[in-house]
Amino acid sequence: MSRSYDRALTVFSPDGHLFQVEYALEAVRRGTCAVGVRGKSCVVLGVEKKSTLQLQDPRTVRKVAMLDDHVCVAFAGLTADGRILIDKARVECQSHRLTVEDPVSIEYITKHIAGIQQKYTQSGGVRPFGISTLVVGFDPNDKIPRLYQTEPSGIYSAWKACAIGRASKTVREFLEKNYTEDLPRDEAIKLTVKSLLEVVQTGAKNIEISVMESYGVISNLEQSEIEKIVSQIESEKEAEAERKRQRIAATQAGQASMAMGSAAVSGTQTPAGGAGDSGEGHATVPGEETGVQ
Amino acid sequence: MECAFGITGKDYVLLCSDMAAGRSIIRMKSDENKIKALGPHLAMAYGGEPGDTNNFAEYVERNMRLYHIRNHYPLLPASASAWIRRTLAESIRSRNPYAVNLLLAGYDTTTSKPHLYWIDYLGTKAVVPYAAHGMGVYVSLSTMDKWWFNDMNKREGVEVLKKCIDEVQKRITVHFNFNCILIDKDGIHNINIDSQDPLAELESESKAASGDIVVDAPNSPLDVGVTA
Repeated sequence: MSRSYDRALTVFSPDGHLFQVEYALEAVRRGTCAVGVRGKSCVVLGVEKKSTLQLQDPRTVRKVAMLDDHVCVAFAGLTADGRILIDKARVECQSHRLTVEDPVSIEYITKHIAGIQQKYTQSGGVRPFGISTLVVGFDPNDKIPRLYQTEPSGIYSAWKACAIGRASKTVREFLEKNYTEDLPRDEAIKLTVKSLLEVVQTGAKNIEISVMESYGVISNLEQSEIEKIVSQIESEKEAEAERKRQRIAATQAGQASMAMGSAAVSGTQTPAGGAGDSGEGHATVPGEETGVQ
Repeated sequence: MECAFGITGKDYVLLCSDMAAGRSIIRMKSDENKIKALGPHLAMAYGGEPGDTNNFAEYVERNMRLYHIRNHYPLLPASASAWIRRTLAESIRSRNPYAVNLLLAGYDTTTSKPHLYWIDYLGTKAVVPYAAHGMGVYVSLSTMDKWWFNDMNKREGVEVLKKCIDEVQKRITVHFNFNCILIDKDGIHNINIDSQDPLAELESESKAASGDIVVDAPNSPLDVGVTA
C-alpha cells in the first residue's frame, strides 16, 4: 500500500495541479519550435533545427519522423522522450495494419500517442513525456490533409495551423493573424517559413520543411529552396518597410504643408474671420492623399 | 498438397509457388497467392497449415516493415532469414507452434547478390542455390540438379523453372497453377510463367521506363528529417 503511494510521482497538489505535467509543459516550451500548417490539399511541417556542432553528423539529429507511409510527426521538447514515443507509435502503426489490414487514420494514431502520454501521468514510477507532438498526414482513401497536436498531459486536438515549442505563443498568434483557408502548396510553405522566422533569427539554415501532398507523398525541401523562400519573404518585408517609411514621410510632409497652409490661410484670412473659410483651410486634401499613396 | 520452387541466377532470384488452397484432397481455390513481398527486394513463398501460413506471413511482413521504418533501411536477406528462422524456432518450442514452411528469396542491394533460403517449420535454415518445398521436391530437385549451373542469366533460369513445372505437371497427379516472381536490382517483378516467353513483358517494360515494381511491394518509407 505505502509502496504504491511512494512510487507515485505525479500526484495532485492541494490546489489541483499536477506539477510533473506542468514541468513537462515547461520542457516543451524550452524545446525548439515546430509549426504545422494545413493547406488546401497539402500539409506542411516546419521545424526549427538546432545548428549541429562542427564535428557532428547532422543526419543523426532528427526532429521529424515518419510513423508509416502516410503519417509524419514532429515534436518539441526532450528529444530522448520523443524517440521512445515515436517508436511506440511506429509499432502501433504496423500492429494496426496486422490486425485490421488497414493503415491507421491520423486521428487514430494521434489518439494512441495521446493515450500513451496520458498513461505516463497516471502510472507509478514513471514521469510524463516531456514532449508535445504535431501529427500530420492523410487518411487512407482521403484527400483531406490532417493536422493534430498532442501534449504531455494526453490532450489531443485538431488544428488548421499550429505551433509548439519555443515561443509557440508568438508563432500561434502570428498564424492566427495570417492564416487563410485553402492555401495552395506554395503559400502554405511560405506561411510556415514566415511563422518560423518569427522565432528563428538565423534564417534558412536552421529551418527544415517537409511537405505532404497526398497519401504517402512526402518531400523534404532542399536547403536552397528554403533559402529562396526566406529571401523572398525578406525582400517582401523590406518592400513593406519601405512603403511604410514613404507613407510616414508623406504624412509628415502633408502635415507640414497643412501646418504651413493653415498658417498661410490664417495669415491672410484671419482678418476676414469667415467660418466657411476656416473649413476650407482644414481641408488639406492633397497632402492627405499623398500620405495614403 | 503444394509445391514451391526457388532458383537463383547471376543477378536475380526466381520464386514460384502453386496457387491451390483447400483441405486434404479437396481444392477450394486455384488462384491463391502464396508469395508475399516483404520488402523492396525480399519475398517469400510459404506453405503448410492453412491459417498458420497467412498469419505467420503477415506477422513477418509487418515486422520487416517496422524494421524498415525504424531504421530507414530494409533488413537484408541474410538477416531477414535469420530472424524468420529464429521466430519459427521459438514457435516450435511454444505451446502453439506455427506449421509453416517457406522459401525466402531476396536480392542484396549492397553486394548485388541474389539469396535463397530454405526454411521449414522446425526452424531449419539452409542457404541454397535452388530449392523446393512440398510435393514438387520429389520430382523437381533432380531436374534442377541436372539443369542448374552457376551464373545463369534470366532466360536460362526461367528455362530451368519451366522444366521443373513441366515435370510436376507430368509426374504429379494433382494439377497446379503456378505463380511466379523475379527479384533483381529493380525490385520484385511478376512473371507469367505459363506464357511462351515469360521474360518478354519484363524486358519491354524495363526498356520502356526503368521497370516499375509490379508486385505490390511495400514502398520504402520516405526518409524525412534529413537535410544535408
